[in-house]
Amino acid sequence: MRDGVGMTRETLVGFVLAALLLAFPLVASAMDEPFYITLATRMAVLALAAVGLNLALGLGGLISFGHAAFFGIGGYVAGIFAAHAFNQEPIFSAPFEFMGSDRMPMIWLAALLISALAALPIGAISLRTSGVYFIMITLAFAQMIYYFAMSWPAYGGEDGLSILARNAFPGLNTANPLSLFLVCYGLLLVALLVFATVRNSRFGAALQAGRQNETRLAAVGIAPFSVRLVAFAISAAITGLAGALYADLNRFVSPSMLSWQMSGELIVLVILGGTGRLFGPLAGAMLFVLFESALGGLTERWQFFLGLILLGVVLFARGGLMGIVAGKVRHG
Amino acid sequence: MSTPLLIEQLLNGLQFGVMLFLMAAGLTLIFGVMGLINLAHGSLYMVGAFACAAVAAATGSFWLGLAASLAAAAAAGALVELVVVRRLYDRDHLDQVLATFALILIFSEGTRWLFGSFPLYLDIPATLSGAIQLPGGGRYPLYRLAIIGVGILVATGLYLLISKTRLGMRIRAGESDREMIAALGVDIRTLYTVVFALGAALAGLAGALVGALQSVQVGMGEPVLILAFVVIVIGGIGSIKGALVGAILVGLVDTLGRFLLPKLFSAFMGPAQGTTMGAAIASMLIYVVMALILAFRPRGLFAANA
Repeated sequence: MRDGVGMTRETLVGFVLAALLLAFPLVASAMDEPFYITLATRMAVLALAAVGLNLALGLGGLISFGHAAFFGIGGYVAGIFAAHAFNQEPIFSAPFEFMGSDRMPMIWLAALLISALAALPIGAISLRTSGVYFIMITLAFAQMIYYFAMSWPAYGGEDGLSILARNAFPGLNTANPLSLFLVCYGLLLVALLVFATVRNSRFGAALQAGRQNETRLAAVGIAPFSVRLVAFAISAAITGLAGALYADLNRFVSPSMLSWQMSGELIVLVILGGTGRLFGPLAGAMLFVLFESALGGLTERWQFFLGLILLGVVLFARGGLMGIVAGKVRHG
Repeated sequence: MSTPLLIEQLLNGLQFGVMLFLMAAGLTLIFGVMGLINLAHGSLYMVGAFACAAVAAATGSFWLGLAASLAAAAAAGALVELVVVRRLYDRDHLDQVLATFALILIFSEGTRWLFGSFPLYLDIPATLSGAIQLPGGGRYPLYRLAIIGVGILVATGLYLLISKTRLGMRIRAGESDREMIAALGVDIRTLYTVVFALGAALAGLAGALVGALQSVQVGMGEPVLILAFVVIVIGGIGSIKGALVGAILVGLVDTLGRFLLPKLFSAFMGPAQGTTMGAAIASMLIYVVMALILAFRPRGLFAANA
């Protein structure tokens, strides 16, 4: 539908951005500048988190102001699994003994599953409401988990939890910044593929139809609630996976990953890039991290200018970055 | 557990609830009349607190500071409405969330720029610095009682303003049909600015009053803002009555939960683990209450224009 014959300008711009993100750390690695590799890894991980949110927000029109909950849950899965594996203490011993893990694939699987499982009850209650209620309720659920993490001392409470040795991926040395980047970049590509598949599937059509006109969707015999709940869970799972990577990147997880500012930042990433567009989150994350490091290098008060830029984008450039460079979305 | 202690905690809960009402009343009014979700309401609370602390430090008078907080917050609110918020009424909630999120960044960093990163301190005025005897033997700070009194006054004043005055009539008309009231010749743009400034002044007042109990610092507004959201979601967005009931409910549940739950859990699980567990559950309690209420009444207790 959207991609008819050949490649649209939007897709082309997206591929160029993806290629740039890959080339940047390779060049940095050749020039022996590990700082820039970490910067690119941060872009990839934040883009991954935003791809998750984009599925709920962009396709489904579900303005979740609580996606930091899933980002943080993923982070804590990585932190807690690693801590238990390191200390050789079981996380639980009934019905079977589970020692945690310092293997990335195991942690990713758990982060995906636990985030999705957390999203089901949160989504089931939040999706009974709509509009501004939905925004505030998702925010409130994230705050609930945030305060729990703050006051529960077993895993560091307010101080957070360090990951003493970065979790391992079979066949790779994840302590090497470039290897870690490639792992994150690979997952980002997979997530983009998942997003594109969902968008073009029957399920995705129903999800987008629900955003455009709920009554018509119900009239053709599809219950919007269950479509949205499944989308919310998939979205949470992807963001949770990004959280696990983010914790491994920083080798640290703290309640700040669960904070409302984080939820706000994730929305900002999606909007900066362009809501509902396949490569929007990637463009948004690259732009955001660039702003952050460029402005952060110039002035301590970079958030002030970030606020001004953001305000300008919302008031005057409504399609986001992808909207500026690739034109308006064509509705097929 | 002694009765005076329980009474003290009840009053603390009431005082907290009253503070939340000052925030929630403005939020719910702005949403009800203009259909706007304003994340920057917490920044106006912070503006009020900083204005009060700065003026009180310069003049030595808490009361001048209090007047300054009302004026500064109302002025900041009116300015924000004229420059930014006015452009957002026709936009969807997502744009409103983002633009007001950007305003938070601007206000927070701007305040840090002006006042530095260190918290300011605000003293309780001398006339209110004592404590009074509670029935049953405890003592309770006069200042906190005064806050409860201010809250009751504001609630009454808002009720009279909205139900008895011409401005209130216009606000109610604006809530139910904004095209019609504009067609009848009411200057709707000015009305919006006035409502926004009124909400901002209430937030500034709350900030100044709480500033004397806690420290005045950047970022103080957002935790209160999020609680105020919980309040108006529980009460029904757009309903002042709902905001009052929701605020008192949240204030009491939170304060009593933090007081009673650790004791309750200690009785079952032993003191060490029970206190930790109780405290962790208590910190989530109001969100659990909110989820329960919404599971049964998705539009809150007193849904306006349902």
